[in-house]
Amino acid sequence: MKVVGKPLPKVDASAKVTGRAIYADDMLPPRTLHCRILRSPHPHARILSIDTSAARRIPGVLAVITGADLPVKFGILPVTQDERALEHEKVRYVGDPIAAVAATDEEIAAAACDAIAVEYDVLEPVMSIDAALREPKDERIQDYGGPNNIHKLVALEFGDVEGGFAHAETIREDVFFYQGNTHLPMEQHSAIATYLDGKVTLWSSTQVVHYVHRALSKVLELPMNRIRVIGAAHGGGFGGKTDPFAHEIIVCKLAMLTGRPVKCTLTREEVFYAHRGRHPVLMWVRTGVAKDGRITAMHFRTALDGGAYGSYGVASTFYTGALQTVTYDIPAYRFEGCRVFTNKPPCGPKRGHGTPQPRFALELHLEKIARDLGLDPVELKRRNFVQPNTRTVNWLRVTSCGLDECVDRVMQASGYATREKRIGHGMGFAVSTYLSGAGTAIYWNDMPHSEVQIKVDRGGVTAYCGAMDIGQGSDSVLATIVAEELGLQPADVRLVTADTDTTPIDLGSYSSRVTFMAGNAAVEAARKMRAMLVEATAAKMGCEASAVEVGDGRIGDFSFEEASVLAEARFGTLTSAGSYTPPRIAGPYKGSGVGPSPAYSYSACVVDLDADERTGLVSVNKIWIAHDVGRAINPLLVEGQVEGSVYMGLGEALMEEQTFRKGLHKWPSMLEYKSPTFLDMPEVQTFIVETVDPEGPYGAKEAGQGPLLPVPPALCSAVYDALGVWIDEIPVTPEKVLEALRRKSKGEPARYGPPMFPPIPYPPPIKVEPPPKDLDHASAAAI
Amino acid sequence: MKNETLRPVDRQVIALEVNGERTEMLLPVHKTLLEVLREDMGLTGTKHGCELGECGTCTVLVGGKPELSCLVLPIQVQGQAVTTVEGMAHGSQLHPLQQAFAELGAAQCGYCTPGILLAAKSLVETNPAPTRDEIREALAGNLCRCTGYSKILDAVSLAASRMG
Ligand code: FES
Ligand code: FES
Repeated sequence: MKVVGKPLPKVDASAKVTGRAIYADDMLPPRTLHCRILRSPHPHARILSIDTSAARRIPGVLAVITGADLPVKFGILPVTQDERALEHEKVRYVGDPIAAVAATDEEIAAAACDAIAVEYDVLEPVMSIDAALREPKDERIQDYGGPNNIHKLVALEFGDVEGGFAHAETIREDVFFYQGNTHLPMEQHSAIATYLDGKVTLWSSTQVVHYVHRALSKVLELPMNRIRVIGAAHGGGFGGKTDPFAHEIIVCKLAMLTGRPVKCTLTREEVFYAHRGRHPVLMWVRTGVAKDGRITAMHFRTALDGGAYGSYGVASTFYTGALQTVTYDIPAYRFEGCRVFTNKPPCGPKRGHGTPQPRFALELHLEKIARDLGLDPVELKRRNFVQPNTRTVNWLRVTSCGLDECVDRVMQASGYATREKRIGHGMGFAVSTYLSGAGTAIYWNDMPHSEVQIKVDRGGVTAYCGAMDIGQGSDSVLATIVAEELGLQPADVRLVTADTDTTPIDLGSYSSRVTFMAGNAAVEAARKMRAMLVEATAAKMGCEASAVEVGDGRIGDFSFEEASVLAEARFGTLTSAGSYTPPRIAGPYKGSGVGPSPAYSYSACVVDLDADERTGLVSVNKIWIAHDVGRAINPLLVEGQVEGSVYMGLGEALMEEQTFRKGLHKWPSMLEYKSPTFLDMPEVQTFIVETVDPEGPYGAKEAGQGPLLPVPPALCSAVYDALGVWIDEIPVTPEKVLEALRRKSKGEPARYGPPMFPPIPYPPPIKVEPPPKDLDHASAAAI
Repeated sequence: MKNETLRPVDRQVIALEVNGERTEMLLPVHKTLLEVLREDMGLTGTKHGCELGECGTCTVLVGGKPELSCLVLPIQVQGQAVTTVEGMAHGSQLHPLQQAFAELGAAQCGYCTPGILLAAKSLVETNPAPTRDEIREALAGNLCRCTGYSKILDAVSLAASRMG
């Protein structure tokens, strides 16, 4: 391969290092109006009245809108259409939008928001999982779900769980808590809309132009052909820009009313309240193991603090139970999940979506089991690893799997097995897995998940795709793939991406799907184009098509440009298209749509740290991470994704917390919300493992999320190694370490973590027969 | 979440020298250098992440030293040379730092990049061969959420070695 596998610079690198990439807030067309949003100061209240008359009288105010102007509900999942762009009946968290103003400058807009008078009937807020499980003092937050403030309950059972426990030599139960945290993209969300000829155009810092397009159409009650959504240069998402947002809808409505461009950029404080980040999850896990450490059965319970709205929450809930089986061969498995509503900003997907929390619990739990049995934790985990080309008990199809090789690489490099044992120094180990794209779309349909078109003429090659580059480099991957197939360099390929008017649909940058899905669509489109160029060239050369070589800017005896002239003369306009639809591999049960992916990535991680007995401070010395990416289409970008994931995992493990006091965010600023700086970040050594997945483009799988997951459990396992205390909840703050040490010194369990898991009215589990384990038989049996 | 109230606006003529070009502008006195650069001068390469002096994203150079443009009023920098990311390249030739950031993938979303480039420029101009720890120290006020900082450290080292 000529360009696949090479560490080439990103195609947009120059634009980014010169400041010339245009992000949404950089746009300021003439006559742009500025929008500010009035938000609820109460976590839970009924709105009695909204008086906007004083605001409307302020000079420079061109429009004021409230919920009555945008009454149609929306939401990312079809089953939870529970949001309004502006609420006029009830607010459910501090920050819930109530009214919006368009004015000639931002200060006037802000003053107009202040001039809006809202009368509330304040209701008792529900601020914790425990409170949400109880009967509400006033009223429920949402009018669906239940009992009480429960949003969703799921219960699934695969295989003979009771039998598995009966055959176990040892059974262990543990409880863990993973605190919520937020994406903290450096770029505040921003959107700008124009309206002309009955058509709305929106530029936004979104990860999912297609889903925003759908939501706009629904709420604005305009056909999709009257709406154009364009992804502006993107200043970081990590899942936080994957929902359609109120401000995106609001600027469109205001542009329609005023006939002028309208822009809204959230303040940093508003970004903290917009959130949709990591769910706080309380977890209980019970596992039976045989004498040799093989798992005989597992029972996993989760309780997610969802915040005030549905967002991706139903999917998040299923994800907390889905991927346990994708690293470990669990023969019998019961999962019970529960998401509750609370009066806090809604949680949603953040890097790893719903899976870092159970991964944290699972890895530490198995480590504890190993120590109970006197087994090496690495060895116990290895004995339970899934094998390639198998199907898990919950029907997930595992194809390529580089778990063993990942473990070998980090073990060798870190010297974990022969580490120096002394108080205050520790090493910890964990593994993980993640999806290469969700196997099912957000809304059920039979269409492809990604589509690519290619146009070739004398002016060169242009590739069109709806995929949104959020910094991960998806544009570069597309250009690389098209260039590889056509014998060019990535810089030779012009790209048009993330524009609903001009590009075919790709579902967006979430669930690590773009390289895999848009990549496969690009391979198909490029191969069709290549076949036309080769056929025309072969005819001219008077040889078989198979004798025409493609590469280094040449097709057979001709330059690429000459070949494109020959092909255009022969076939007319040169266009080709490719698409990718994931295989239908979901299991035969309700809820099976969350978890399947055409391929899973694998990671292994070792953390080396010092932990101070006196201060409780943990300082990480080094992290080794190996990631099975299938094939690195661009190793430089893969390393960047892996390092960024490790960084984010470390932030979650050590310091990041999205927590609230009386409905207010405790630290809604970049100073108070602690995230790792240059000084907190240790050296990271990255190993790329290539298993060449049979279905990925050139064998590629995901890179951008999986490597986050093993970091928090590996860190906690290293803290145990250093100080002999378990910190069963993250972030691992000095206070928690000191408290665990205090308990240890008093002879209490040497642990800091949640004491118990609350009683939750899970329904009786849906019992599902496991599939045949061997993939060949399994595919025959699959639906 | 109360928004600011409206106040009467005083204006003043300010002379600025940005990227070697001098301009005079009539500006509201409370408008920050960040806002003036982006909104009045069209230099949108300078980004913002907080507008409270907490993230480093809006870093520009004033007299060669890094300053947070969201905390600076234009009147404070009259008579001093202001450099933004737009002023780093020589013509169409990228600055060695820009070149190294591009080559090594040190800009992912690229949003923190302008601020970090300028902080790094100030560093390598005063310390031509910084160690990794010195780079960390110099850039500690600049947050990046994408890269995990590794590739940025590599790129600054590479650029410094090429410039040295
Ligand atoms: S914008 Fe964050 S420091 Fe200036
Ligand atoms: S590259 Fe995205 S924040 Fe630094």
